[in-house]
Amino acid sequence: MYKGLRRSVALLFTVMGGAAHGAYQLNLQEQQTRIGQDIFDLHTLILAIVAVIFVGVMGVMLYSIVNHRKTAGRQAVQFHENTTVEIIWTIIPFIILVAMAFPAAKTLLAMRDASHPDLTIKATGYQWKWGYDYLQDGVSFYSNLSTPRGQIENKDPKGEHYLLEVDNPIVVPTGKKIRILITANDVLHAWYVPALAVKQDAIPGFIREAWFKVERPGTFRGQCAELCGKDHGFMPIVVEAVEPEKYAQWVAEQKKKQAAAQLDPNKTFTLDELKAHGEKVYAQNCVACHQANGAGIPGAFPGLAGSKLVKGPKEAHIGIVINGKAGTAMAPFGKQLSDVDLAAVVTYERNAWGNNTGDLVQPGEIKALRK
Amino acid sequence: MEAVHHLDHGHEHHPAGIMRWVTTTNHKDIGTLYLWFSFAMFMVGGVMALVIRAELFQPGLQIVQPEFFNQMTTLHGLIMVFGAIMPAFVGFANWQIPMMIGAPDMAFPRMNNWSFWLLPPAALLLVISLFVPGGAAAAGWTLYPPLTVQMGMGMDLTIFAVHILGMSSIMGSINIVTTVLNLRAPGMTLMKMPLFVWTWLITAYLLIAVMPVLAGAVTMTLTDRHFGTHFFNAAGGGDPVLFQHIFWFFGHPEVYIIILPGFGVVSQIIPAFSRKPLFGYASMVYATASIAILSFIVWAHHMYTVGMPVAGQLFFMFATMLIAVPTGVKVFNWLATMWKGSLTFEAPMLFALGFIFLFTTGGLTGIVLSIVPLDVQVHDTYYVVAHFHYTMVAGALFSAFGAVYFWLPKWTGKMYDEKLGKLHFWLSFIFFNLTFFVQHFLGLAGMPRRIPDYALQFAEFNAISSVGAFGFGLTQLLFFYIVLKCIRSGEKAPARPWEGADTLEWTLPSPAPYHSFETPPVVK
Amino acid sequence: MTTSDASRYYLPEPSHWPVTGSVALFCMALGGVLMMNGMVTPGAVSLAIGVAVLVYMLFGWFGTVIRESEAGKYNKQVDVSYRWSMSWFIFSEVMFFAGFFGALFYMRVLSVPDLAGLEQKLLWPEFAGGWPTAGPGAQDPFTPMGAWGIPAINTLLLLSSGVTVTWAHWALKQNKRGQLNLGLLLTILLGICFLALQAYEYVHAYSELNLKLTSGAYGATFFMLTGFHGAHVTLGTIMLIVILFRCLAGHFKPDHHFAFEAVSWYWHFVDVVWLLLFILVYWL
Ligand code: HEA
Ligand code: HEA
Ligand code: HEC
Ligand code: CUA
Ligand SMILES: [Cu+2]
Repeated sequence: MYKGLRRSVALLFTVMGGAAHGAYQLNLQEQQTRIGQDIFDLHTLILAIVAVIFVGVMGVMLYSIVNHRKTAGRQAVQFHENTTVEIIWTIIPFIILVAMAFPAAKTLLAMRDASHPDLTIKATGYQWKWGYDYLQDGVSFYSNLSTPRGQIENKDPKGEHYLLEVDNPIVVPTGKKIRILITANDVLHAWYVPALAVKQDAIPGFIREAWFKVERPGTFRGQCAELCGKDHGFMPIVVEAVEPEKYAQWVAEQKKKQAAAQLDPNKTFTLDELKAHGEKVYAQNCVACHQANGAGIPGAFPGLAGSKLVKGPKEAHIGIVINGKAGTAMAPFGKQLSDVDLAAVVTYERNAWGNNTGDLVQPGEIKALRK
Repeated sequence: MEAVHHLDHGHEHHPAGIMRWVTTTNHKDIGTLYLWFSFAMFMVGGVMALVIRAELFQPGLQIVQPEFFNQMTTLHGLIMVFGAIMPAFVGFANWQIPMMIGAPDMAFPRMNNWSFWLLPPAALLLVISLFVPGGAAAAGWTLYPPLTVQMGMGMDLTIFAVHILGMSSIMGSINIVTTVLNLRAPGMTLMKMPLFVWTWLITAYLLIAVMPVLAGAVTMTLTDRHFGTHFFNAAGGGDPVLFQHIFWFFGHPEVYIIILPGFGVVSQIIPAFSRKPLFGYASMVYATASIAILSFIVWAHHMYTVGMPVAGQLFFMFATMLIAVPTGVKVFNWLATMWKGSLTFEAPMLFALGFIFLFTTGGLTGIVLSIVPLDVQVHDTYYVVAHFHYTMVAGALFSAFGAVYFWLPKWTGKMYDEKLGKLHFWLSFIFFNLTFFVQHFLGLAGMPRRIPDYALQFAEFNAISSVGAFGFGLTQLLFFYIVLKCIRSGEKAPARPWEGADTLEWTLPSPAPYHSFETPPVVK
Repeated sequence: MTTSDASRYYLPEPSHWPVTGSVALFCMALGGVLMMNGMVTPGAVSLAIGVAVLVYMLFGWFGTVIRESEAGKYNKQVDVSYRWSMSWFIFSEVMFFAGFFGALFYMRVLSVPDLAGLEQKLLWPEFAGGWPTAGPGAQDPFTPMGAWGIPAINTLLLLSSGVTVTWAHWALKQNKRGQLNLGLLLTILLGICFLALQAYEYVHAYSELNLKLTSGAYGATFFMLTGFHGAHVTLGTIMLIVILFRCLAGHFKPDHHFAFEAVSWYWHFVDVVWLLLFILVYWL
């Protein structure tokens, strides 16, 4: 009977829920992992129980409202205090709770068992992007929101995956237990992919873990779930699950791409080369705060156009970019960017938006200034 | 009741005009101040909620920038909790407790005045913070570091505002505890006190126990910001999660601070309009105390996703679920009180019934949240937002509306317009559900809270929610009108306008005399 | 003013002291914020105004209370009210300190060992944990504060001050005014000695041990706990001085002296907190 109830409630929700991505979706997203499915069922069960409680309690109230009205000529019956009744209505909820606690604890224990992973990926939250390091396969990259600004500002029509799309999704093999080591670089973030039933806070200075095992290929979307400042709503997570062979291919490609993208730190670059590369680095790492026009956001983030520091001696400028400024949102980018990237972005800043200093910073200078 | 009333006694050397309100030591004046202040803050916090809802009406950024959106969310939470709901109930306590226990006033009338007059400067600090460079604090009302360490000077203003609010609450609570323990009329034993007084006594203890802890937490934030300490910084051996533990050690009892006096109000209203005594008085008292005690050992259910050991998750899950038992006792008691009563449905009763209906909904979603695997799915999504608006708006706020309608005749000596009161209830009830019920679905489907813009699959429900919010807000203008109308041109109210009401305050004439019971009544 | 027929209650007249205090706190808060955010001069002005108004308010308010007390307006009922309120005020202070002790416990028992644990090796490969520590990112080594020098002396000072204040209380109950004044004076002196040694200890910590507020978990908890305690001792000492002046002015009766008792309760509370500090911060 209980099984039947559970199944029919589940059915009801599937019907009401409609397609997983449709509008008016009423329930949890369609789950892609075993644990996720367990959680989904647990939710259905708990919801059914509390729904029954709710209907019962409100039924009694409604009965009183309808039948014990003064306008229906009712005289109040002056009874009160009854120890038996009071004990019963203390014990029964308690028993119900115990009944709920068992499946809950079981699912929880299964959920927390991250032992024996096949693949470990480190995910780092930055303001406002995610960085991924495949610890076994040696692949590293950043994952930024790829929705164009115009869509957010309502200038262009919004795409299908508005706000839930990134430039570099994280790719994982199906059928493998993936462990994610989650940490943050600046403030709290949270790594949240509903369809994989994972949500774990990213805490700067600490590593926390989560895991999932996707059964079939697909693309799953989530986003940062812990308030992390201005662009908290704009740091999505996209997970692409592919067959293991395809995954191996992808790793090989990534490695090749990374090698190709490596710019030689010992080379001497021209101003135009540095400016061109620097503009890209700036667009990836700095625009969120200092804005594309270098004007910043008054009060919160300083403008770099015309900034005394940017137009002044190189050392101070390079210093703040490498080391950041403690207690502010300005992170130490020395840890995130290569010497070439840093040289390029500093050069770009010193020559963009009317900061025409004509200065040129070579990677070697950055190397010398790193501690 | 042989109380002697000197209606015009002792008014001679009282200052007039505004100074009367600034210097008053009278519990009724101070209660009135609290209530008007609370209403003003409700408007301010409500307008902020409307900014939030307006921005969320459609996907895309339309009205405000993300950083301002975050400031709105933060201030909305802080102002509603500390500026609107808590002062509203302190206002009721000030008006009612002396009248309900047969005392002339509060134990410390001058300190009572200070408890109130600390609120405007604190509110002012919060409002000023909107206009300083960098804007107001934008780290959520939970003020989690390290984001708070990054904020501008708005954060410091917020921290000091919290300090001052804490002082106010602690002094107010000490006053209430002392009044209840020491100023009861002869014969008014503890177990004869009206439940509203009991719930406030217990709430006051909660406040005294947790407000200093909050003060400590924000003080550590302040030193981390400006004096280089590392409480919440791993590089120094601290931990951002430490703040969360301290905050929620305050924060969870805080949610019961918000709801317990509401329980008290409902426990006065239901018997009065059922024309029956409360079914289980003693068990109601014990249930309230159990909720308060349990509230100290469940705090980490707000932190299931920080990565605590599984044993911790299990402990906090079980402890949290346990709270359903005493809360259930309360709900069942109200039902048993109504059972075979002679019910009528004036506005206070409607709000009390709405309270039971909607608070139970919120409580049951609380049970869903208390279960770790489910919470991990919906933590920091709109499911949580829906849960706490069901408990705080449909719970605390509805019971506050009920309390106003219930006691307004006693305070003003005039009746409110019953038709409009009922209309206020029904509009509030409908728009409330329109606003917040759909947020459950948003949360289940994965919409995070505290975001100014969202993916397309969330568009429909957000639009509905925003429409509901504006409807709910407009409805509150009706409430304002009803209260004004009652004060100005209401019909004369009798001493006991409600047939079933039997506590001490109804033995006084309406409006109640300036000093409630100068000669203590004798309670048999 | 109304004293009711049964004279059970005392209802004070309207008063402008509370709102004065609110103005003071507002100015202080604003001043503090400005000073911490680089607007030092306007901030200092606002802070100074705030403090001045606060001092004025305290004199005025307590002066009123003392006058009322001496005029015999506080009967048994009011006395009991004062007792309840002081007890719960002290309880709120206990909870304030509990927050900071909780932070100390958390760091020592949870976060520092966690940071030194296996899971965190990826981030802090070299950190070995242990207590005292300035954390995995610390660059500036420091020497922790030993327990058996000044802190031990301070423990003795505070414990004996607890005795002297009780001695004074006995005297008051038997109306031995000389012993009363002497006991109070001794208590105050012991308190001042404690504060002086504490100040010396801070200077020592900064100049010789390189132990600073910024010295990670240890420095933060050490200075916050001892600092807030020191602030409470300072407040207690000031209150004792006020009581001494009142005693010299002939206030208090053997059976009616709640102000004295309140201050001595407070003093004992500060004493107990110190014992906990000595054991948990300095010793263990
Ligand atoms: C008035 C305020 C109030 C009240 C009363 C409650 C009551 C409860 N709350 Fe809620 N809660 C909040 C305000 C409140 N909450 C707020 C503000 C937040 C979010 C803060 C933030 O992050 O900003 C929050 C968040 C919150 C969370 C964290 C969610 C998250 O962030 O992931 C959890 C998790 O356990 C929770 C649980 C509960 C429970 C179990 C109760 C219980 O007390 C409910 C008990 C009541 C009932 C269960 C119904 C009646 C009982 C019966 C009819 C008996 C039979 C029932 C059973 C056998 C089940 N709450
Ligand atoms: C008891 C406290 C309380 C109350 C009463 C409310 C009331 C309301 N809240 Fe609540 N809310 C919180 C406490 C409260 N809230 C807390 C603690 C948070 C978490 C903050 C955080 O994440 O840090 C929160 C967060 C929160 C969010 C999530 C924000 C986010 O995550 O970004 C939303 C979104 O819909 C919301 C909406 C509303 C609405 C529409 C109301 C309405 O009920 C308000 C209705 C009132 C009015 C509208 C004002 C009165 C009317 C007028 C002034 C007339 C003018 C009106 C018109 C012209 C229409 N609130
Ligand atoms: C998360 C927000 C954020 C990001 C991303 C960011 N900055 Fe900053 N930056 C700040 C803040 C805040 C300050 C102000 C620090 C202070 O208070 O002095 C700042 C200051 C600076 C300054 C000093 C400006 C001055 O006039 O004092 C420079 C130069 C700078 N950033 C460069 C960069 C570069 C280069 C990048 C990208 C590689 C970058 N920033 C990315 C937030 C950010
Ligand atoms: Cu990152 Cu929110
Ligand atoms: Cu809680």
